[in-house]
Amino acid sequence: MMIAPEIILAIVFQLTQLLLVVLAAPLLSGWVNQCQAWLQNRSGAGVLQPYRVLHKLFRKDAVLAHNASWLFRITPYIVFGCMWLAAAIIPIIAVDLPFSRAADVIALVGVFALARMFIALAAMDIGTAFGSLGARREMLVSFLAEPALLMVLFTASMISHSTQLPRIVESLAHHQFVLYPSLAFAALAFVIVLLAENARIPVDNPNTHLELTMIHEAMILEYSARHLALIEWASSLKLFAYVSIGIALFLPHGIAEVGNWAALPLALALLLLKLILAGAGLAVLEVVSAKMRIFRAPEFLGTAFLLAVLGLLIHFLLGA
Amino acid sequence: MNATSLSALEITNGVILFWILLGAVGLWWRDTRSLTRILFPLGALAALLLAAAGFAALGSEAQTLVLPLGLPELPFHLRLDALSTFFLILLGVASFGVSLYASGYFRHMEGKTLGLLCLEYHLFLASMALVLLADDAYLFMVAWEMMALSSYFLVTTDHAIPDIRRAGFLYLLIAHVGAIAILLAFGVMQGGNGIGAYTFDAMRAAPLTPFWASAAFLLALFGFGAKAGVLPTHVWLPEAHPAAPSPVSALMSGVMLKTAIYGILRVTFDLLPEQVWWWGVLALGLGLVTAVFGVMFAAVQGDMKRLLAYSSIENIGLLLVGIGLTLIFHVYGKAELAALALAATLYHSLNHACFKSLLFVGTGSILHATGERNMGRLGGLIHHMPWASVLMLVGVLAIAGLPPLNGFVSEWLLLQAFLLSPGLPNSYIDMLVPVAAAVIALAAALAAYVMVKFYGVIFLGQRREPALARAHDAGSMERAGMVWLALACVALGLFPVFVLGQIDLVALSLLGSQLGNASADWMFLAPVDTGRASYSPMYFLLAVAGVMGLSVLLVRRLYHGRLRRGAAWDCGFPAQTARMQDTAEGFGQPIRRIFEPFFRIEREVPGAFDTHPKYHGHSDDKLWFLLYLPLKDLTEKLSGWASLLQHGRIHLYLAYTFATLVVLLVFV
Repeated sequence: MMIAPEIILAIVFQLTQLLLVVLAAPLLSGWVNQCQAWLQNRSGAGVLQPYRVLHKLFRKDAVLAHNASWLFRITPYIVFGCMWLAAAIIPIIAVDLPFSRAADVIALVGVFALARMFIALAAMDIGTAFGSLGARREMLVSFLAEPALLMVLFTASMISHSTQLPRIVESLAHHQFVLYPSLAFAALAFVIVLLAENARIPVDNPNTHLELTMIHEAMILEYSARHLALIEWASSLKLFAYVSIGIALFLPHGIAEVGNWAALPLALALLLLKLILAGAGLAVLEVVSAKMRIFRAPEFLGTAFLLAVLGLLIHFLLGA
Repeated sequence: MNATSLSALEITNGVILFWILLGAVGLWWRDTRSLTRILFPLGALAALLLAAAGFAALGSEAQTLVLPLGLPELPFHLRLDALSTFFLILLGVASFGVSLYASGYFRHMEGKTLGLLCLEYHLFLASMALVLLADDAYLFMVAWEMMALSSYFLVTTDHAIPDIRRAGFLYLLIAHVGAIAILLAFGVMQGGNGIGAYTFDAMRAAPLTPFWASAAFLLALFGFGAKAGVLPTHVWLPEAHPAAPSPVSALMSGVMLKTAIYGILRVTFDLLPEQVWWWGVLALGLGLVTAVFGVMFAAVQGDMKRLLAYSSIENIGLLLVGIGLTLIFHVYGKAELAALALAATLYHSLNHACFKSLLFVGTGSILHATGERNMGRLGGLIHHMPWASVLMLVGVLAIAGLPPLNGFVSEWLLLQAFLLSPGLPNSYIDMLVPVAAAVIALAAALAAYVMVKFYGVIFLGQRREPALARAHDAGSMERAGMVWLALACVALGLFPVFVLGQIDLVALSLLGSQLGNASADWMFLAPVDTGRASYSPMYFLLAVAGVMGLSVLLVRRLYHGRLRRGAAWDCGFPAQTARMQDTAEGFGQPIRRIFEPFFRIEREVPGAFDTHPKYHGHSDDKLWFLLYLPLKDLTEKLSGWASLLQHGRIHLYLAYTFATLVVLLVFV
């Protein structure tokens, strides 16, 4: 049986992105942390710190609580797998990713939801007060963030008449800097969702273990060693995936088109620039805002949800 | 089909007859031990046969049969077309699992009134099948009432408990109010043409003005809505479902609610000659309100079966949204989209029948193992009930709408229908659509919240009561039933192209339009156009499993797999007990707080100096107090006035008769 060379190339491409995102994701987290450190007049641990942390964690012996069940043990792998997959199907360098056909934007939201469900369940598995508190808060944040994300993605799908990510990116990249009013609202909503879903200030703080405020950290409190490493890595991948979605929806220009291999180096360089800028922007956002009380978070996310719906409505009204 | 083989309709009739027979045999069977071991599995096999016959008949022509029973001028008409076949398959698939389960579950009732239960149970199954087959209003109402009564007696199995009697009465009351509305709807549709016009065929042919068609639609929507639990007639559902034995709850929630959906579809698209656009808007609006209401209340429940009952209300809301969308698209001539919305509705009906039955029978096993329905007294069951915990996890993931299971497929289809909608001629509806899509997304996300609570509080964590250490796993027959239902969830999730191909036949016969799969590849679900949207659960599963396996392998290879067990981190406070975990109420607290205006909350908070501090919180349905209690008071007042005439003395009634006669003689 002959397989067309384009297909082989596309598969090679898919595998390359798979490898690239998993290796590069901690770098993005490191970069955001480093920027934050600079903004706070600290010297910081360097952009490679996340890799050192991962290496350290992987070497340690895992410690499980006495009543941890199988669910607790498989969750890190499921979460890691889901996030890896999510980051790998978002077209950021080139648009022809074969696997993007198997999972469109709705399925992408589904992947995030699947990982979230498992991590929340695992948090409740040990039966400490912190775990279930974290699970409850995580689900609280996400029940508003998830529909908001879906609405943002719907706005983009409506504009490009497709729910497939490559199609969306292709069609958005072709419009030469046309400003869509609906996308502007969507972008605003997306930033809020990104902050909330990635446990960033002002909704959560990834660097604290303060009982009253933590969400994500409360859920993973019982994890150690390789399990913790996988979850941390998955968090980096999730941040990478969200930033990629942002780039793909709102700044897709310069992406390499189908079969256009010559554009690849330029696309890579542009992507690097976009990621650096996005990471720095995220750090600035976090440094200038303060953590809010947990019950302010639903209002904050409610705003995102309404903005996203507004964006969709504007698309229906103006057709743009 | 050749002459020697049986037609699907004949097989279906045979199955119905067999069920009735099983019930009758059960009544006279003295040995209750073999009753559960023989009769229930036989009933399950009949259900499987029903599903198989339906499956074989799905693509073929409608079959009809007239039985010499019933009224003199209106014999029983039976008809098996694509729509009823689809729902018969649903009935067969779900009740096969539930009957298998029941054969294990009802063993604890041996020596009690099991024969009666067997009769009611199989009559219930038979009447549901008959509702789906009925082709005239008379048979339909007979079957419908048989279904209501048999399920009423099943609900009140434990009638010694006053609360269960009350729940049963409420159910019976609302079922009958609904039945009156359905009867009136049939009356409107037959258009006053004598008793022969009560066949569905005559109704299809009867010309109706849009006014009377709307009247019929509204009556049918109310009547069937009362059975399905659509707002505001939902109040019986969270009372009756927990009261019934778990297999019965599973059948009621998984299958009986779908007969109401079948009724709405049958009346709206088949019996009524034309549809009006605002019907769709009404159904859509009602569906959205019902969905959000259901999931909101599910989030604050402490009783596991009540939680599932509210979740059923949510799912019925989603189905109604699908019907509303189908109506809108159908009226505006968007044939392909109407088929898509209908496919989403039917797919979700099937999904809900599988995962809700699975979850309800699962609660039955928990009830057996622990004797506890209150989630606040459960916990940690994953260590004691390995089978139940794995199978229930499948159900929980499916109902939360997560890929690659079945709940996600129908949600995906419904959202695709929304996404493809722009360009409707009515700009108001055009604007309603994105808002509706947002509400659906919100309800789906809240459903995940509810399910984390459901599974987490029951199965995970530490035992909240010491007695839970003695909890045992589900028995072998119980397991078999649950495995079947869980497999159905997985299969419906992994092979959507195949299922959709079958559903398409229903859409073709009902709407005259077809969806078709744009992709030639059976792995890819791609309605309308491959470029617009596609989803492949198989590849999805393979990819997630692949990267998971790869990460396990790499971690083991590059590092190690060493593991130790230790105490959980206690935060420097060693006196922690299992009671310090989050409870069901605690988990629902944020929802209660955010949606506070929608609940009627009673709270009893201890003071600072209480020696025995007690906290008590309870959230109630406002509608009960704003609608039902005033209605009850009104009824009581009216009947009080009517009772002025009634004294129960013979001579007074004779005087009434005499007075009536005199008045009539004077006037006539």
